[in-house]
This record gives sequence, C-alpha cells and structure tokens, in this order.
Amino acid sequence: MPEHEVVRHYTEISLKNHHVDRALYPLGSCTMKYNPKVNEQMARLSGFAGLHPFAPAEAAQGALGLMHELGELLCEVAGMDSISLQPAAGAQGELTGVLLMRAYHRARGDEGRRRVLIPDSAHGTNPATVALAGFEVVELRSNEAGRLDLDSLRSVLDADVAGLMLTNPNTLGVFESEILEISELVHGSGGLMYMDGANLNALMGIARPGDMGYDIVHLNLHKTFSTPHGGGGPGAGPVAVKARLAPFLPTPGLKKEGESYALDWDRPESIGKIHGFYGNFGVLVRAYTYLRMLGRDGVRETAEAAVLNNAYMSARLEERFPLPYGRGMHESVYSGAELKRRTGVKTLDVAKRLLDYGFHAPTIYFPLIVSEALMTEPTETETREELDRYADALIAIADEAEHDPELVTGAPHATPVTRLDEGRAGRRLDVRWSFDNDA
Amino acid sequence: MSYVPHSDADHRAMLAAIGVASVRELFSDIPAAIVRDGPLDLPEALSEWEAIRLVAGHASRNPELACFAGGGIYDHHVPVAADHLIRRSEFYTAYTPYQPEVSQGTLQAIYEFQTMICELTGMDVANASMYDGATATAEAVLMAISATRRRQVVLAGHLHPYYRRVINTYTQGLDIELRMAGADREGVVDPGGLEEVGGETACIVVQSPNFLGLIEDVEPLADRAHEAGALLVCVVADPVSLALIRSPGEQGADIAAGEGQPFGNTPSFGGPVVGLFAAREKFVRKMPGRIVGATEDTEGRRGYVLTLQTREQQIRREKATSNICTNQGLNALAATIHLALIGREGLRQVAETSAQHAHYAASRIVELDGYELLHPGSPFVREFAVRTPGDPDAIVRRGLESGLLAGVSLSRFPELGAPDALLLAFTEKRTREEIDLLIDVLRRG
Repeated sequence: MPEHEVVRHYTEISLKNHHVDRALYPLGSCTMKYNPKVNEQMARLSGFAGLHPFAPAEAAQGALGLMHELGELLCEVAGMDSISLQPAAGAQGELTGVLLMRAYHRARGDEGRRRVLIPDSAHGTNPATVALAGFEVVELRSNEAGRLDLDSLRSVLDADVAGLMLTNPNTLGVFESEILEISELVHGSGGLMYMDGANLNALMGIARPGDMGYDIVHLNLHKTFSTPHGGGGPGAGPVAVKARLAPFLPTPGLKKEGESYALDWDRPESIGKIHGFYGNFGVLVRAYTYLRMLGRDGVRETAEAAVLNNAYMSARLEERFPLPYGRGMHESVYSGAELKRRTGVKTLDVAKRLLDYGFHAPTIYFPLIVSEALMTEPTETETREELDRYADALIAIADEAEHDPELVTGAPHATPVTRLDEGRAGRRLDVRWSFDNDA
Repeated sequence: MSYVPHSDADHRAMLAAIGVASVRELFSDIPAAIVRDGPLDLPEALSEWEAIRLVAGHASRNPELACFAGGGIYDHHVPVAADHLIRRSEFYTAYTPYQPEVSQGTLQAIYEFQTMICELTGMDVANASMYDGATATAEAVLMAISATRRRQVVLAGHLHPYYRRVINTYTQGLDIELRMAGADREGVVDPGGLEEVGGETACIVVQSPNFLGLIEDVEPLADRAHEAGALLVCVVADPVSLALIRSPGEQGADIAAGEGQPFGNTPSFGGPVVGLFAAREKFVRKMPGRIVGATEDTEGRRGYVLTLQTREQQIRREKATSNICTNQGLNALAATIHLALIGREGLRQVAETSAQHAHYAASRIVELDGYELLHPGSPFVREFAVRTPGDPDAIVRRGLESGLLAGVSLSRFPELGAPDALLLAFTEKRTREEIDLLIDVLRRG
C-alpha cells in the first residue's frame, strides 16, 4: 500500500480512541497519569533502541548501568533490598512473586504450604496467578471498613499457608491500617507477605512496602512511574524483595564489578527466566527518566497530589454517588446502587454517558464487593479545573437519570459507534478478516 | 520536577473543599510508625535537559554496531511511518479498550493484527499478542495441557534455550513433566526417533527455523503428535522466515507461538517486543489473552469489542486460561502498521534479501581456514551456525573493535554442546561492505 494511504488509515482509526492527552481517564487502579514526552524520546535513542540483547556486556554498559541504577532507585522507593526488572507486566510480576514464595518455602524444606490467601476485593490476576503457580486460592473477607478482616485471617493461618497477597492501598483505595499486625500474623505462621504494587502511587515517598512488613512487591512502571499504557501494553512489573528472597530472583540478575556491569547468571536457587530476555527494557528507560526528573521531593509530591486530587473529587461527588467504604486514598469506589434503585439507570449507563461528555469512564463493576461500582482514580497530573469538569459531568448525568433516564440508558450518543452487541461478538465469532470477502 | 499542576491557591481551595487543614491529614490511615519523617535517599530532581544529557550519556555507552546477531531478535529496518504512527497520543496514551465505543482505533488495529498473524501462521484464530516469543511458547504449552488433559510435554530439537528456560519457570509449580528430545546429527528433529512421545503426551514443541537457523520438517512431527492424541506446537522465533517457508498451519500445527519483533519493533535490548499466539479455531475458548471480535452497534454499524472474556482472569479468576491481563498493545500495533506498509510482496523481498546475504556469507565463510558449517546437511533461511578455529567469544570481542556484532557465541549455551561455534544472522540492512568486514574479522580468527 502507498505509505500515505497507510498513514491516513491509521490516523483515521486513531481518532476513534479516547486517550490521556485528550482528557481525564479515571480508570481505578490503572493510574492513567500523564505520560511525559521526554521519556518517549529517551527510549528511542539509537544506543538503546538498536541494542541487541546478545551484545556482550562490554558493548551494553550503558543499558546495564541504567538498569542497575533504576533497580537501586526502585528498591529505595519500595524499601526493599533486591530487585528483578525482568517481569514484563504486573501479572507477570505477580507470577514471579508467587513463584518466589514457592522457591523460598521449598528451599527451607517447607513444601506443605499449598495455599495463598487473597482478599475478596483483589484484582482477578491475583487468583489466576496463584493457580498458575500451582497454589490453592483462599479468599478472605473484607470487613465493613473495606479492610482485610483480621479474624478471617487468623482463622485460616496455619502451616499450609505460603503467604498473603495484599494490595495496599487495596482496590477500594483504602489503606490497610492494620498492616503491621497483618504482617506479624502472617510471618508468625511462617508465611510471606506479597504486595501487589498497583496502587503505590498513593504512597511513594511517604510509606514503603518494605517498612510495612512486606517481603515481596511488584511495581507497575506503567502506572506509578508514568510509562504509557500503549492501548494495553507494553508495561513492566519489576519485583523487589527482602534480602532473604534475593537468591530466588529470576535469572539473569545484574551485578556491578568495579565500574562495570554484567548480567549475573550464577543464581543456583533462582526460579529461572520469566521473560525471553531481560524484560521490557524500553519501558525501563522511560521509568528511569521519569524517576530522575521527579527526584527526591517529586516522588513524595506525586503521591500527595494523587491523594489530594482523589479526596477533592470525592468531596465533589459523594453526595450523589455514595462511598460504601468511605473515601479512598488515591482512588475511591462510588456506588451507583441508589441511583439505579431510584431511576433504573445502571452504572453501565452512567459510564456510557460519560463518554458523551468527552471523558473515559472509570473502572466499573469492580471491585466485586461494591454493588454498581464506579472505581475512580483521577491521578496527580489532573488540574482542579479538569476534576471539576468531570465532577460536573457526573452530577449532570445523575440529574439526567432523574429527569430523562432514556438519555442515559441510550448512551453513548456522540461516539464513533453506539453501544456494541458484545453477545453477538461471542456467538458469531468474527476475529479475523477473511480475504475471501474481498473476492 | 514533578508533573503536579496545582497552584498554591488551588491547593488551598481543594483542602477547604475537602475539609482538612493539610494534605498530611489525608494520610492519617497510615500508622505513624511507617510514615517516613524525612525524604527517601534519592537523587535531586533533574530538569528536562539535565535528564536528556544523563540518559543520552547512558545510551552513548552502548556502541552502535553492524548487527550479525539473531537468536530471536533481528535488526531489520522499521519504516519511519510505523514509528511515527505509534507515537500518536491517541494510540500510546490509551489503555486496554474497556469502553469499546471510545476505543475503536485500538480495537480495529488489534483485529487487523489478528488477521495478519492468522495469514502469516496459517492458523484460524490469533490473540491480541503476548509479552514475547518465550512467554507465548510457555502459554502454548499450558494451553495444550489444558486442551488434552495430559501432563507430559516433549520439547524437541533446538528450541531457543531461553524459551526452554521460560517454559521451565512457567510450569515449575504445576505437575507437568518436560521431556527433552534431542536433534539428530543434522541438527534437526528426526520424527522417527521421538520415543518420548506417548499416550501421556500433551504436545510436541518444535521451533522452525530452529535456534540454529535450520528448517525443521514439521509436518511428520505433527502427524506423530496427532497419532499419539497430542498437539503440535510450532514455535516461530523468526517470523520473517514465514515469507519463504511453509507456515505452521500448512504443516499441521495446532498452535503457533512466536516472536513478532522484526515487524515494527527495534531490538531494544530484547524488549518490549511482541509475542504471537495463534491456533486452530476449535481451541479458541482455551486461548490465553485478549481477543477482539467484530460485531454491530445499535444502529447496525460494524464495530469491534473484546470478546470471549469469560476465559480471562477478570471474570474467571483462578479458573482463567491464563493470568495475563494486557498484551503488548503498542508493539502489536507497530507490527501491524509495518506489515501494512510493506505488504506480502515487501515482506517477501525483506526475507529474500536477508537469506541471500546469509547464503553469500556462508559460502565465503566455509572457504576460510578452520571454519565449517555446524550442520552442512540441513537447509537454513537467514541464520546459521559455524564452527570456528578459535574462541568464538574472542572473535565477538574482536568484532566490536571493527564496529560489528559478529554473531552470538554458542559458548553461552552449554546445553547445545557447541562451545566453539558462532550463530550468525543476516537482514536486509547488512551491506556487502559489512559482510566483507565480518569475513575479515573471522579470517583473523
């Protein structure tokens, strides 16, 4: 095809996307913050983009040095001792983390630990990962405050438990304020503490997973550290650990000898390789650039503003959209249950109507423990004006639901397509173009 | 610098609206014992130009080399228009298309990607991509186990050593037996020799061209698998080869897994790249990862959505087909645009030119004293291994002095039993002068 026809085609379809550079994109736990432009340019420097993964260490000192330094910065933010940058995404970080639990217990001859504990508010990747790593999932109740129920935890802790996976703040945006007691209980029974770092944006520079008693944490560079989401990847999910877990981290690691850097394959107790090469290096370059520009104070200011923005949004919205578990830190989970009961307008309808107002919808119907959930994370990079615009839109939609519900239930109206028949897509499967159609 | 946009006045107004006196009050749920008093031990913030200088300094310590290394990552030209288009904010600052009405760009691009991967691999259905070739292969193994309800996997011949390691990692917590079936003296798998395959075998995994660049005869291996009630997983670590050799689908494979990096993606030290995953239609409900399907909106217009989501972790949780959540969206987009730009014929030209370069170089190298092809009896496309008279690591080091990455020393992989060999790969970008320089480096031993 002529180049300009291809450019026109992809330009044309791109215009059908909502994106962060256009307006608020408040997907909860996804941290859709601004993606600094300088990061894109840095990842494309020819010394990085053109670097072959089989280049010998002496021809890759810049890349290895950057990775080594990034690892140290991330360990400091996480309060951990050691790190692997290899996992390519959050879910892969989780797999790495749970395999680390397995390797740790086996190395101690403690192979009977077959179960991993997960709260009922957890993201679906947590239980899916636990199953993939060969463990059984035990689901724990949340209490009325949206926190892990300590009695529920005590009742299941025994010598079968390999560890607890606990996002903090959890998916309700609520900080697990009993985290020190939780860590003590889990450690007391011989288990390990795993933190899904999806929500680290609320904490960085203020409190560290390592200081809370966590042994393992995965960080989402595509959330907390501003690398773009790319329409669904690439991400990066480095895993940081306490020293006692370091021997089990994936191969290769990185080592510094004098002033030079090398891959470290000599890890006899390692869980092995988790990525074909060394992880999503280009994403690491972006996160490194971001962290160096934020610096010591910027890291903390970022978390403070993320929490401030969410609190402001909640203050604006909570009268119309109640918060069953209260205001969260960096995100809040609103319920549309009351609106639905009164007007018949569901959370799905509200979400679709938001698209007409030029916003992306929040994460909806998750976490599962909030009925008609709207899980909303504004992030620190939004201005007060933008937060107001969004809150005004949601309030206007709540009004529409009262006075003209069909306007909302029929939404969206102003998008490139209207509501799509997902049932039909599943029943009459059409997942590729058939060139016979062209004949 | 941070990217926080608030003025002091905003800050005060927001605190007032919330009803707190300070931002710190918003963190009161965190026990005092773990709230930090002082700042982290991090460097001071840099301005944009300081950051550019620093990061560019790192980049400059990776010399630019004429690349003769392959092993699953190839140095092809990426059309400028492909990179230009993926830099559109509409694509790269969007996320997984959870709201399809405002994500039709991403969704249509994935549908096109799935179509192209099906065409290339000769399979019926493809997903929206995996992390890379290694993890796609590991997921293919898991899918074969789930589809056959059997627990044994036969890894045949010269599968990429890193892919093999990733399969090991992915299966270590599960009750799965991995059996290795070696290659014959010609470096390829002998279908008659696969005694490891039996009634417990879930799948045979074979890579073609294999890690040494040699073309495997996949069809008899597929027959062998099917006779045993097992599946054939065909691994494609070099997708450019598909322009010249028969596709996995044509050779009877049930699942094709592989690496799509040469399409639209630079080597980038091995990531981010793009894993390919395709299968026969009957397995579509067993597949991992996102799949996009076409449908209609309320006005009968064609549109695209994520489909068959009940396979996935956000709904099925611990019973999901995989724990994967996203894909390598932007890398898949780059691959799609690259293929759209060059088309079938353009891809064929890239593959042919690369192969011509490789065969020219091979003919010159075997004339050098002490050099011979590791497996002269087996055909290759654009990558091959040669025995060297000296230490291959020393040759690679010497190559650096001449501005070349003179292949991959196979001493890195003790399991291959060829510590004196170099694996060399060729692309359309290598000039006659660079190839002659490579010959010169090798001659000097």
